[in-house]
Amino acid sequence: MTIRLSHDSVSSAFIKKVERISGQDLRACYQCGNCSAGCPMARHMDVLPSQIIRFARLGLEQALLEAKSIWTCVSCLTCNTRCPKGVKVAEVIEAVRQVLLRTRHDHVNLDQIPKETLAEVPPIALIGSMRKFSS
Amino acid sequence: MKLSYYPGCTLKNHARNFEDSTRFALEQLGAEVEELERWNCCGTVYSLTADDLMRQVAPVRNLIRAKEANASQLMTGCSMCYNTLKRANERVRKNPEDLARLNAFMNEEPTDYAGDVDVVHILEVVKNTIGFETLKKRVKKPLKGLKVASYYGCMLVRPKQIAFDNVENPMALDQMVELLGGTPIDFSHKTVCCGAYQTVDKPDIVAEQTLSILSAARSSGAEAIIVSCPLCAFNLDHRQALTLKKHPEFLTMPVFYFTQLMSIAFGCDESVLRFDLHHIPPKPLLAEKQLL
Repeated sequence: MTIRLSHDSVSSAFIKKVERISGQDLRACYQCGNCSAGCPMARHMDVLPSQIIRFARLGLEQALLEAKSIWTCVSCLTCNTRCPKGVKVAEVIEAVRQVLLRTRHDHVNLDQIPKETLAEVPPIALIGSMRKFSS
Repeated sequence: MKLSYYPGCTLKNHARNFEDSTRFALEQLGAEVEELERWNCCGTVYSLTADDLMRQVAPVRNLIRAKEANASQLMTGCSMCYNTLKRANERVRKNPEDLARLNAFMNEEPTDYAGDVDVVHILEVVKNTIGFETLKKRVKKPLKGLKVASYYGCMLVRPKQIAFDNVENPMALDQMVELLGGTPIDFSHKTVCCGAYQTVDKPDIVAEQTLSILSAARSSGAEAIIVSCPLCAFNLDHRQALTLKKHPEFLTMPVFYFTQLMSIAFGCDESVLRFDLHHIPPKPLLAEKQLL
């Protein structure tokens, strides 16, 4: 995978936005990969948690907003508890989701969920999904 | 002992077996459960955003309800409610400015919240307030020969600041199983996420997580698994149908709430257990162990 960096991307407003929403300093990450190694959802992801942090730091906005991973993470917080630098990885992923959700780019739409699913899943599943994956 | 109780939405329908067994078990332990007269959804998931205080209104409003009931503690059983309520509580305790803004926003509430209610989980109450010694004394029907893996999931133990047990290797449920006369089975996946609300739009992910978690429990020798979260319960129990469809060699396993095991050991009537809400029938295993 070729990653092209430019002055514009590494100093983009996107980086500041992610840092503000997540409350995290992206420069704190030293890419040890502990978060990706322990992530129970990593096998279902296209961009790994440690890569999400790196991409965000480099201002690779498009790559992140198109990543499936941001909708795969369920904030189980395993990454946060294992980060040796105290970076809250789940907060960074939440921030990337929020960048989209705050402009009404919903990931889950109730109209597209099969009726049988809506009838069988418990309320906490529906509310959790709506609050994390829709605006 | 009176316990102010917040059930949360799911314990009133899909997880009625959790609520009924909780009430029975706590009554046997000499505790009086008092449900809040009014309560609202806690929001289910704690918002990880630093800049959105609006998401904290719902959980904090429930803490106001607890104060109105003159409670210094609010007990809940659902791990997701526990996590959301406790984290919101910790946030306002640490940030007086946030608390002031929330109180100002909820100016129609006759009571201001002052950060003075402790959020506790049922397991924590049984272990630390009632005491595991009392639990042991109430056992009428020891769970002899029942090999149980304890699944803690995510929201009971993470983040560390809200956990009442070890983050990486929690043991409270294992200790409980032993005191009830059962055989606790230690296993590798006790805190590996089940996929949570992915069950709504990506159930395949949950079916794969269920396969990993239950296969790990089985290969360690478990015959059943216990949980404290209604979403884990749904995913590990009901999603076994999809797991089996994708992996015909998969061996199914009954899933219990930890309060159901307590109730069985305390000699409850079968109606308390509400097995009609289960997907994998637990009765054959219990009959085999002569626990029915």
